[in-house]
Amino acid sequence: MNPIINDSKKAVQIKAALSAAFKATIPVFASAYILGVAYGVIMQSKGYNVFWSTLMSTVAFCGSMQFAAIPLLTSAFNPLQAFLLSVMVNARHLFYSISMLERYRGIGKIRYFLIYVLSDESFSISYALNDDKINRKYYYISVSSFVALYWIGGTFTGGLLGQVIPFDTTGLDFALTALFAAMLFDQIKNNQTRKAAVAGTLCTLVCLIAFGKGSFMIPAMALMLVIFLGGRKRSCF
Amino acid sequence: MFLTPLQTLIMILAVALGCQLMRFLPFILFPEGKEIPGTVLYLGRVLPPAMIGFLVIYCIKGVSLLNSPHGIPEFSSLAVVFLLQHLRGNVMLSIAGGTAFYMFLMQAVFV
Repeated sequence: MNPIINDSKKAVQIKAALSAAFKATIPVFASAYILGVAYGVIMQSKGYNVFWSTLMSTVAFCGSMQFAAIPLLTSAFNPLQAFLLSVMVNARHLFYSISMLERYRGIGKIRYFLIYVLSDESFSISYALNDDKINRKYYYISVSSFVALYWIGGTFTGGLLGQVIPFDTTGLDFALTALFAAMLFDQIKNNQTRKAAVAGTLCTLVCLIAFGKGSFMIPAMALMLVIFLGGRKRSCF
Repeated sequence: MFLTPLQTLIMILAVALGCQLMRFLPFILFPEGKEIPGTVLYLGRVLPPAMIGFLVIYCIKGVSLLNSPHGIPEFSSLAVVFLLQHLRGNVMLSIAGGTAFYMFLMQAVFV
């Protein structure tokens, strides 16, 4: 094939994937960027300047766990405790990675980057791609890059300039809740995903009520495993 | 800064290691070229919808039903999202509508 035509076809695919990924991540921009700014500001207030907050956001890249780690940065040095807390808070990533095992196959070395920055947002948006015209690989790379950029960029801005957003953003973080809720609605509407979506929601809700907001995550994941593995033989899902 | 720079660096690496272990473990256990067992493929199919439900609950985990405003802003805004998604099926519109409604409630009604 003519390499020039081949190249321009690739450019068109990349452009289409970038544009679709940008649109799909706008709600994430609203939440991740603003939370990133807040993280940079809080770290600054604890004496950790923009260098440290940005380093944490880039190297660890794990949103809520970074907030949970702030008290550990302001008490006696205990890296083992930080590691164990990080494993527990981030255990849900095991399930995201299992979900993306097949989808990230055959897309080359770039998958190491995709795995490194696989987050609540990049997982759900990548999974929800249902447009056959979009190149899967370029879409995954674009979505993951945008999400990472918003979070790290927000941290950098917050750490450097403090609260920079010129209007009252109270409640804007609901955009992330709304994103997941809209996706959940579609999953429940779809015959093929309905039961699993309802089961996952109920497992989590039951465990939240039973164990409280500090420790419901691991029980919820365990309950899901029991229900899904138990229901497999009877092909419930 | 409470910790020394070296201690802070080690803390960052400890947090990163815990998180990245969770992200990479399934990919290390089932590397490219190795067949993925049927059970894992099955989990890969049922877990995404389940985890999206998990994330919705995760996002509203801090809402208190006992204390004012009793979760009214959250639940009514979620209802707006579901209603818009049912009527128009446009994710962006549902998010924008639900978020605008929530911001209005938080900034003007339940101040």
